[in-house]
Amino acid sequence: MLRIRLVEEEIARRYAAQQMRCPVHLSIGQEAPAAAFGFALTAEDQALSTHRSHAHYLGKGGDLNAMIAELYGKATGCCGGRGGSMHLSDPRAGFLASTAIVGNSIPLGVGVALAQQLRGDKTLTCVFFGDGATEEGAFYEAANFAALRQLPVLFACENNLYSVYSPLSKRQPASRDLCVLAEALGVPAVRVDGNDALAVEAAAEQAVAAIRAGGGPRFVECTTYRWREHCGPNYDDELGYRPEGELAAWQARDPLPRLARTLSLTEADQQAMAAEIAAEIGLAFELALAAPYPDASTALDGIYRTELAS
Amino acid sequence: MSREATINAAQAINEALHLAMAQDEHVLKFGLGVDDPKAIFNTTAGLQERFGAARVFDTPTSENGMTGIAIGAALAGMRPVMCHQRLDFFLLALDQLVNNAAKWHYTFGRPVPLTIRLIMGRGWGQGPTHSQNLQAWFAHVPGLKVVMPANAADAKGLLLSSIFDDDPVVFLEHRWLHFAQGEVPEGDVRVPLGKAAIRQAGDAVTIVAASYMVVEALHACRALEAAGVHCELIDLRTVKPLDWDTVYASVRRTGRLLALDTGAATGSIAGEIVARASMDCWSALKAPPLRLALPDCPEPTSYGLTRQFYPGAEEIVRCIGKMLGLPSLPLEFLPQRHTHHDVPGVWFSGPF
Repeated sequence: MLRIRLVEEEIARRYAAQQMRCPVHLSIGQEAPAAAFGFALTAEDQALSTHRSHAHYLGKGGDLNAMIAELYGKATGCCGGRGGSMHLSDPRAGFLASTAIVGNSIPLGVGVALAQQLRGDKTLTCVFFGDGATEEGAFYEAANFAALRQLPVLFACENNLYSVYSPLSKRQPASRDLCVLAEALGVPAVRVDGNDALAVEAAAEQAVAAIRAGGGPRFVECTTYRWREHCGPNYDDELGYRPEGELAAWQARDPLPRLARTLSLTEADQQAMAAEIAAEIGLAFELALAAPYPDASTALDGIYRTELAS
Repeated sequence: MSREATINAAQAINEALHLAMAQDEHVLKFGLGVDDPKAIFNTTAGLQERFGAARVFDTPTSENGMTGIAIGAALAGMRPVMCHQRLDFFLLALDQLVNNAAKWHYTFGRPVPLTIRLIMGRGWGQGPTHSQNLQAWFAHVPGLKVVMPANAADAKGLLLSSIFDDDPVVFLEHRWLHFAQGEVPEGDVRVPLGKAAIRQAGDAVTIVAASYMVVEALHACRALEAAGVHCELIDLRTVKPLDWDTVYASVRRTGRLLALDTGAATGSIAGEIVARASMDCWSALKAPPLRLALPDCPEPTSYGLTRQFYPGAEEIVRCIGKMLGLPSLPLEFLPQRHTHHDVPGVWFSGPF
């Protein structure tokens, strides 16, 4: 979790240099679910995510150097520069992909789970998405099918209350409870404090155990909050789309010091961890900056797997 | 060819599915109604009984979600074959098709071996939302392959190739062609994707067609033959990627081009053929190329309104006559229509 925070703070710090020439959606403030689900899953389990995917990729064990290089559009990026921040992938870590259209990786995850069930292996698929995606038809369609076929899929919903600048209150009725919604679709659901890493981990492990036992899909709603702007490196509270004091209240619930307290980490422990991570991050950026861009002559390559004549 | 009788294209599609599923356990077949008593116009008959409900299954009415699920399954090593009884319903799934299936290999470098069968209606009051021929839409999206068989043998051979291709294929079945009888080789005989077929050789005019327009063009070519005009008829079979070599070679030989389309004229495949042939074969052209497509208008439902809606063999003959300056048109050699204009044959009595 600290590693995710420090990586994203470094992205934010360097973004103004205009060398990462793609949109970035940072998870600063809402890292706990990514880290906790990452712990609950194995490398053989698959995960998919959204436009805001750095945290999920890293939490699942995705390669840091390949991610930073991807943000810089370099040939050494995890997609060779073809995806950017919103399309990350590391098959070795079981992070299948993130996609940029709200809700559209949810059916993909359910399809992967269908294949897992047909093969009869014990792996599962975890799909990360936000509260906005629960308003997409793709979510209902995919969750319905997952419940129908009792597929091994874990729906990990990070409810950070906002879809870009639009608050949940303008998008869903006040009486709406996302867990009740999931239950109505036939997916057992639980809500957890998404800024309490250990609570999320416990909920994730329970869900994973139930799925592995053949219990079908599970839905975990993690209530949390994005500190910075929807897209980009800055804070944007001055725009006034969030009530005054809301950000401060959530910052007071920062998941990092909370976990440090629970784990009784000393200041020295934390500094040592941060120093180790900083070295790793420094190297990732150094490598990314030094790496070549993919050759412009390759821009039209790979449209198809099997090229046809003519 | 040990088979004595001909079979129709719907039966040929059914054979292809049986063969593919027997050959590769990763082939899945799903879509609304695949196991119902009508079995998608009998194209999916017997599949569930033979291969089980895990691999052959009915689905929720969730076009977009199920397409995403098919893509996910394909990414995880399966070869799903989806189907929709009308293309028009599949428009709900364009997000998954365009944003995920088409882009995946380019972006992530991993294959999406997915086939999506879409049936396009015509006549019998199918009307504005049960008869759209949107091949040009699909062809416009980089990363998709778009296949349009015009006869029973190709329906089987192209479907087999589509299923075992590692890219997402939109397989467009014209409903009237389901009834097309033909000799179909037994066994796993594949027709390569991306290769057009010359259905009739000739030197007067190159006619380029796909799907049902190949049938109308064949009638026109036979009538013109009787008048001593030998047209070359190219059946595209795959409209994306398109076999430009075959088209250009023919246009350079004949110097004249008529492009046909089952879809609306603006932005059509036929329009693309006219554009590219004009750019690349200009000096070989002896006459301005022509295009015959549907009007830029939704298909009307009424029997009365559809009477002159679809261009067919007669309009093709008239186009060729105009292009060649024929003093008279051999319309008397066209097959006489023994049935209503809105059905493929006298035996068709609806409902869809």
